[in-house]
Amino acid sequence: MNFELSEEQQLLQQTVRKFLDNECPTTHIRGVFEGETGFDPALWKGMVEMGLAGLHLPDTFGGAGLEMIDLALVSEALGWGGAPGPFLGHALAGLAILLAGSDEQKQRWLPRLAAGDALATIAFDEAGGLWQPEDWALEAGRKLTGSKVNVPFASFADVFVVGVGGGGLALVEKSAGGIEIRSMEGVDRGRRIDRVRFEGTPAEALPKGVEASPRVRDAGLVLLAADAFGAGSRLLDLCVKYAKTREQFGVTIGHFQALKHQLANMALEIEPARALYWYAAHAFDHIPKQAPRSAALAKAHLTDRAMQIARDAVEAHGGIGFTWECDVQLWFKRVMFDRAFLGIPSVHRERAAKLAGW
Amino acid sequence: MDLSYGKQYEDFRAEVQTFLGRNWPPKGADAELPKEEGARRFRARASEHGYLNRAIPKQYGGSEQEPDEIKATIIREEFMKARAPGDVRGIGTMMLVPTLLEKGEPWQKEKFVAPTIRGEIGWCQGYSEPGSGSDLASLKTRAELVGDEWVINGQKIWTTTAQNADYMFCLCRTEPEASKHAGISYLLIPMKQPGVEVRPLRQMTGGADFNQVFLTDAKTPKDWIVGKRGEGWLVSRATLKHERNSIGAAAQSTAMLAGLVHLAKSTQRGGKPSIEDPEVRQRLATIEGYVRSHEYSGYRQLTLNARGENPGILQLLNKLASTNIGSEVAKLALDLLGEDGLLDPTVSEETVVLPTGSRSWIGQYMYSLGIAVAGGTGNIQRNVIGERGLGLPRDVFADRSSGK
Repeated sequence: MNFELSEEQQLLQQTVRKFLDNECPTTHIRGVFEGETGFDPALWKGMVEMGLAGLHLPDTFGGAGLEMIDLALVSEALGWGGAPGPFLGHALAGLAILLAGSDEQKQRWLPRLAAGDALATIAFDEAGGLWQPEDWALEAGRKLTGSKVNVPFASFADVFVVGVGGGGLALVEKSAGGIEIRSMEGVDRGRRIDRVRFEGTPAEALPKGVEASPRVRDAGLVLLAADAFGAGSRLLDLCVKYAKTREQFGVTIGHFQALKHQLANMALEIEPARALYWYAAHAFDHIPKQAPRSAALAKAHLTDRAMQIARDAVEAHGGIGFTWECDVQLWFKRVMFDRAFLGIPSVHRERAAKLAGW
Repeated sequence: MDLSYGKQYEDFRAEVQTFLGRNWPPKGADAELPKEEGARRFRARASEHGYLNRAIPKQYGGSEQEPDEIKATIIREEFMKARAPGDVRGIGTMMLVPTLLEKGEPWQKEKFVAPTIRGEIGWCQGYSEPGSGSDLASLKTRAELVGDEWVINGQKIWTTTAQNADYMFCLCRTEPEASKHAGISYLLIPMKQPGVEVRPLRQMTGGADFNQVFLTDAKTPKDWIVGKRGEGWLVSRATLKHERNSIGAAAQSTAMLAGLVHLAKSTQRGGKPSIEDPEVRQRLATIEGYVRSHEYSGYRQLTLNARGENPGILQLLNKLASTNIGSEVAKLALDLLGEDGLLDPTVSEETVVLPTGSRSWIGQYMYSLGIAVAGGTGNIQRNVIGERGLGLPRDVFADRSSGK
């Protein structure tokens, strides 16, 4: 029995956290939040240099050949750090090409994605919350016509992995033309989202798309759960620090049981759930039968727990917690993204119920 | 990460299974024995093999095994599967024996440990008093040394198993002049004597698991004190640092969830099985999120405990995590029962772990609250989590004495 991180995994997480401590303090996150595009090329370049762009891709394509747990640990560290950037969409699009692409498609794209020479993203959602492969209606074919919404960093992406009717996946290059992109003004201003309209846009099918798309979705659920765990833990940490410094009635407010108990409840909500995302990530590679359901439960549970913690965190800070100036808002919005992206918790609870045969 | 136990441990598991196959249920002549005698002999044999009483030295009747969290877990799993009797449970083996082993005199260990772990003598715990619950160290029961005997006067409450116990381990004030915590001693008191009166305390469930114990000139020999006079508070904090049951509470939670799913399949809502109702499905899956978090956190604690590393805040969260799950399970169960929720749950006591029938579920609706209060209410747990887990400042006490 070994349900603990290896030294290498701990080191990986520490490295990412240290990088963000140095390169991405909250003043920096604020700059990105207030910026025009929400994209910070220098920060992304730094992540690419650490190997994060191809962590889960085989070394034959220039990746690190690591597993879902490693990718999820990075996702947690990014959530903790509140790191803006295209990690999520890029990682999932790379996974989709790896799992569903032809040899030629893999050769063409994966080395460039691992090296950060090209940016990839996923276009799954269709208006109305149609995130899941079985929901997709965009007609498959050599040319695509129709819309996708909530596409992360579409305006910066070189290549899109697009979900199409029947649950398949198509590859669309930005340079193909016939693509109209409009910002949707997402709530998490460090992870911008766009509406993408295809108009007779040339596309090529990823041959094993139908088999691979649920796996890519499950990977996304795990990464979002991990990100929410990181963000929720950070929010709790902000509250604890505040409780130890802010004084009222002549003592730090952490003395008061009303607040102490609120913070204890937050710890109780988030800390055990770390193991839930670890398990789902571990199952993704090692317990295939349980992988889809574990991912659904982890996403539903963790993003709901983290969201409640974010709300509690505002309250624990009092009036200042409601201000733009207070850092709580940065992680509050991050969790809003984690919660809604790829489907809200109740969608995945219902899926978990079905998968259990209930 | 690797969720299997590894070859070495799977070999050990096979060995335990073979032992159980040969010895439980009792075989041959043993099968003819009365049930209790059969269990007693089985336990003795299991102890000889090193499967039970692992933390207890051989000279006091134990099997004195090297601590091994994984082996302990495998033994529990296999014994549970075979429905074989495990270590004798109860407050005596849980609390008194570790205390005696750490702080007791050799003669006290000789006299009490072996019969306690064999289940031949039973204990109750004399800690709480009507005026001393969370603030236990304010207790008032007094013991005075008169000649060769302690004479004890006072009242204890919430005393589980007092009606059957042979002895009580009891915190008494022996040094009235000393400060709050320094005035307490840890005494062992025979229960079967005229100065001890046990009155059952009827619960909202109708049952009576607890008692009040009235001590009126109760007596115990002078040397039936564990530790020195005035050291009782510290003595009472001794715990067994051997093998923890890292995944035991979570196993109960998963069993409860399974029972709840079964209940949802066997009850009706709107003319259809409740399990098809969208609200029920959402609530079940929500509870499962908590249950699996608890279960997998148990795997992590097991891993860390086995390595001798400290699982930190996780272990402070266990009790509240499992009692919260118990509450949520009970609340959904009551909704699934619908009109049956009008019934009087004169509950049988073995329903705590895995209730099945309606009445036991209704009992569970109330019982889950009792479990949440026992051993420190949720708010006491939250203080511990806040202070020891998150490093928040300690509460301000009006009496300026916190004992730590």
